[in-house]
Amino acid sequence: MGIGLSNYLTLAAMVFTIGIAGIILNHKNIIIILMSVELILLSVNINLIAFSTYSGDLTGQAFSLFILTVAAAESAIGLAILVAYYRNRGSIAVEDINSLKG
Amino acid sequence: MQADALFFWIFAPVLVVSAFAVIVARNPVHSVLFLILSFVCAAGLFLLMGAEFLAMILIIVYVGAVAVLFLFVVMLLDVDFARLRQGFVEYLPQGLLIALVVAIELIYVVSGLGPSSRAATAATPAGTLSNTAALGEVLYTRYFYFFQASGMILLTAMIGAIVLTLHHKPGVKRQDVAAQVGRTPETAIEVRKVPSRAGI
Repeated sequence: MGIGLSNYLTLAAMVFTIGIAGIILNHKNIIIILMSVELILLSVNINLIAFSTYSGDLTGQAFSLFILTVAAAESAIGLAILVAYYRNRGSIAVEDINSLKG
Repeated sequence: MQADALFFWIFAPVLVVSAFAVIVARNPVHSVLFLILSFVCAAGLFLLMGAEFLAMILIIVYVGAVAVLFLFVVMLLDVDFARLRQGFVEYLPQGLLIALVVAIELIYVVSGLGPSSRAATAATPAGTLSNTAALGEVLYTRYFYFFQASGMILLTAMIGAIVLTLHHKPGVKRQDVAAQVGRTPETAIEVRKVPSRAGI
């Protein structure tokens, strides 16, 4: 059985679903939420590269590179905010982060 | 191409299982390690699809930098992770329901495509350029402004992360070069008239 485009797309769909489920199930642990976001972005990259390969166009790979860039910046900023917040409040539980509520 | 299928069926199940382990692991350190495993498997799949440069970037930047950053943060923060896990079970039905709906929608869309009759064509013209060189040809010409913008994003992220996490402890004597250079004889020297036999 040959490996086609739909194999890769199904795989990416499964990883995307796992990421969504991770955000909902670990809604109190912001570190796992950030990791789930990384999984979602990874599945998007698999999709882009699969389409790029099977249509013979490099545009998908170029945009996958940009997504990797933005994801790295996002996780760096997110973790920096996390460290700064922990230093100020001594906790990173999502339910404690409600000082701004009206 | 049988080797193709063999490696796909090696990498893909490991990717799915390790991605699942990321979200259900009790210890966040194990989560990060499973995240690394899923990145490595995805890099293998990228190699299968002929995106060699992105596979290497995924290993070097993601496994080497971002995942290690996660590991540092998990180990640095002394957090009661048992408390953070509360609510995992009570949200299980909702989480599974939403995951099921998303999965059914996505697989419905994907299966509507039908089996792709076209074999994997390398995205680069065969034999002329390597994948990295071809990507560079596109990146530095057609997507040059996007490339510059992503550089600016990284610069912003770097400055932001430094500003957020850097803090000066009060009470530590540091060298202040500007204050040293800014001293003049008028501000540094005080001329006092000392009366004889009296001291200041």
